[in-house]
Amino acid sequence: METVNIYLYGKKYSVPADLTILCAMEYAGYTLKRGCGCRHGFCGACATVYRIKGKNELKTCLACQTQVQEGMYIASIPFFPADKRTYEINALRPEQQVMMQLYPEIYACIGCNACTKACTQGLNVMQYIAYAQRGDFAKCAEESFDCVGCGCCVMRCPAGISHPMVGLLARRLTGKYIAPESKHLTERVAEINAGQYDELIEKIMQKPIDEIQELYNNREIEK
Amino acid sequence: MYTEQMNASVRKVEATRDARMGTEPERMSAEQKEQLLAAFHPDYREDAFDTIAIGPNKGQKVPKELGRLLHTNSRLLNEQIDLDRIDCDADVLIIGGGGAGASAAIQAHAAGAQVMMVTKLRIGDANTMMAEGGIQAADQPNDSPVQHYLDAFGGGHFAARPELLRRLVMEAPDAIRWLNDLGVMFDKDAQGNMVTTHGGGTSRKRMHACKDYSGAEIMRTLRDEVLNRGIPVIEFTSAVELLKDENGNAAGAVLLNMETDEYLVARAKTVILATGGAGRLHYQGFPTSNHYGATADGLVLGYRAGVPLLYQDTIQYHPTGVAFPSQIYGALVTEKVRSLGAMLVNCEGEAFMHPLETRDVAAAAIIRECSERGKGVDTPLGSGVWLDTPMIERIGGAGTIERRIPAMLRMYLNYGIDMRTTPILVYPTLHYQNGGLEIDAAGFTKSVGNLLAAGEVVGGIHGRNRLMGNSLLDIIVFGRGAGKAAAERAKEVTVGKLNLDHIHTYAEQLSEAGLAGDGLSPLLLPNYARKAR
Ligand SMILES: Cc1cc2nc3c(=O)[nH]c(=O)nc-3n(C[C@H](O)[C@H](O)[C@H](O)COP(=O)(O)OP(=O)(O)OC[C@H]3O[C@@H](n4cnc5c(N)ncnc54)[C@H](O)[C@@H]3O)c2cc1C
Ligand code: FES
Repeated sequence: METVNIYLYGKKYSVPADLTILCAMEYAGYTLKRGCGCRHGFCGACATVYRIKGKNELKTCLACQTQVQEGMYIASIPFFPADKRTYEINALRPEQQVMMQLYPEIYACIGCNACTKACTQGLNVMQYIAYAQRGDFAKCAEESFDCVGCGCCVMRCPAGISHPMVGLLARRLTGKYIAPESKHLTERVAEINAGQYDELIEKIMQKPIDEIQELYNNREIEK
Repeated sequence: MYTEQMNASVRKVEATRDARMGTEPERMSAEQKEQLLAAFHPDYREDAFDTIAIGPNKGQKVPKELGRLLHTNSRLLNEQIDLDRIDCDADVLIIGGGGAGASAAIQAHAAGAQVMMVTKLRIGDANTMMAEGGIQAADQPNDSPVQHYLDAFGGGHFAARPELLRRLVMEAPDAIRWLNDLGVMFDKDAQGNMVTTHGGGTSRKRMHACKDYSGAEIMRTLRDEVLNRGIPVIEFTSAVELLKDENGNAAGAVLLNMETDEYLVARAKTVILATGGAGRLHYQGFPTSNHYGATADGLVLGYRAGVPLLYQDTIQYHPTGVAFPSQIYGALVTEKVRSLGAMLVNCEGEAFMHPLETRDVAAAAIIRECSERGKGVDTPLGSGVWLDTPMIERIGGAGTIERRIPAMLRMYLNYGIDMRTTPILVYPTLHYQNGGLEIDAAGFTKSVGNLLAAGEVVGGIHGRNRLMGNSLLDIIVFGRGAGKAAAERAKEVTVGKLNLDHIHTYAEQLSEAGLAGDGLSPLLLPNYARKAR
């Protein structure tokens, strides 16, 4: 088995080379409580910083999605005090001033791009903040969509911006107010509320099992 | 990244691709499916199951790993806990911070109740966050709730509880509307029509999605709403046992602070169990797509308190888990990859089945291909079959993968595999608990008063197999319903004196059955320390 040497919080461990950082910590003997959620790259619980021995660059990653390398100095950052503002979504409108009121610090962005470099999902974070500044919420939503909220951008931001929270607000505004209404959905909800399907559903529920099996096995499947 | 041998097989897949394009492999007949399942589905392996020795489901089949937990005593049996010292009080106590718990919290709060949520990890560290493919609802003109009912009922082998399934399909469009109004960004066209696709076993295209971050988009929106409402969320705190009052009704729970090991007493007028699934029990040694905290705690707590289980012996193995590379072994490859046109292909480049059979059938067929038929592709941790992803770009045009399934693309690119140009290797992974606690249509558990359950912890909504997209739906429909019902009930309840008598009764039954073995349950977290995976 090929192994590599890694340093967990500065202490050296030899671990199988094909493990992720997360599994390597467990292999080394850690029982994780913090810093581990979905284990598959969706929840952002496992934000981690590392530096390869002898190299200058500090890197950020998701521990569950990153393979160990020789000489990795690893520290997980299971919590970072990002700043979420609270609001009543029904009282908001998708207007530029919403961001000014809730997240005014985005206008203090100095354009250093550290957020983008830190993004574990490879998103153009600074760009989506720029869209938010302009009140272009649909674009901000689209650009930030794949964010898992690990907070690595927040850690690196000199202006104290909580980027994932900004993206989240933009997405909620987009989903609720900007995206066009789905008329077929509204209509179907109204039909159901008007009781249009009550009888039909009762009927299928009452059918003997062999009849329903027959129906199922011969149902027409949309191409 | 692929080995020599894998690359040789990829060339065979490429060689047959042109001929396969535009064709549709035949679907299996009902008899063919039955035979296949009986021979190859893990649920049919007798040696992987035990018999439940005590309690309401005594004498029934249960996966060994779950059986072991049901046959183990409570963590609290030998603890001295002062039940007169109440650490927190609420009208509605919600256990579990996934999609079902969050929906319940929002609705209970909206109904005026004082709500409290406790969750093992962080709110949103949950299976809900990981759902990729989408959520079903019959809202297209060519579809209806009745058609949805038929698909789900048949897909679940005609075993769903009709009254639960009825609620699922009839409230589905409203659940989508509710999410949309909260700001969930569904995939829509420029006119506002939902972009819907097929899932395995659907007869109409009714899968709504938010790219392949459907669960994440729903979960982060719900979480945001819970926080905006100021609902107290106690993270890194697990429920380890339910509490009852002198009438035998649920009246709270004993909590464990996961970091300080301190026990806390939470009192409530109604309790909602929303603890999700059991993937981390690794039934039959399978890898799992589930989050770290999916250890069947809710089943254990509920069962010990007297709630019967339903279909606890049926497990969903998702046909397409990652088989290679090993770093992401067992992670989910969403069914949407097949909805978008990728075929399942064996090592010889043959499409061995229709890609959109129901999950149990597809999983069994892949296992057959890799075992009896010897047409799997060897990997370091086992074997797998190809999912021919480049077909998606051919069918939908260049850029389809990046636009519709960015999470999948990213996950594989991390390891140098570009699914736009080369196929990927998959094998079934332990995915979903079809069974669980038995509830009525209003969400109350059978036999314990003031106790509700919602989400994956529940059994009976889907029967013995679940269709893709019906679980995200059930957590919203039944989560919302449970929240509302719990808030209503709480208005009529005055809580009496708390007790843990049921864990002692359970201990006596265990010892009578000669089972008071070692270990503690619920499990809370899997034991991975000093293991490679
Ligand atoms: C990878 C993946 C992809 C999926 N894709 C789809 C899909 O495309 N469509 C679909 O419909 N379904 C999908 N599913 C299924 C669906 O996502 C889940 O079944 C559903 O989200 C479960 O929701 P839940 O709220 O019941 O449980 P979860 O979301 O798992 O939430 C349960 C919560 O309870 C917590 N908890 C557990 N035990 C305790 C305890 N003792 N005390 C306190 N808290 C506790 C957990 O940590 C967790 O936070 C997918 C599942 C997975 C894993
Ligand atoms: S544990 Fe969820 S992203 Fe790594």
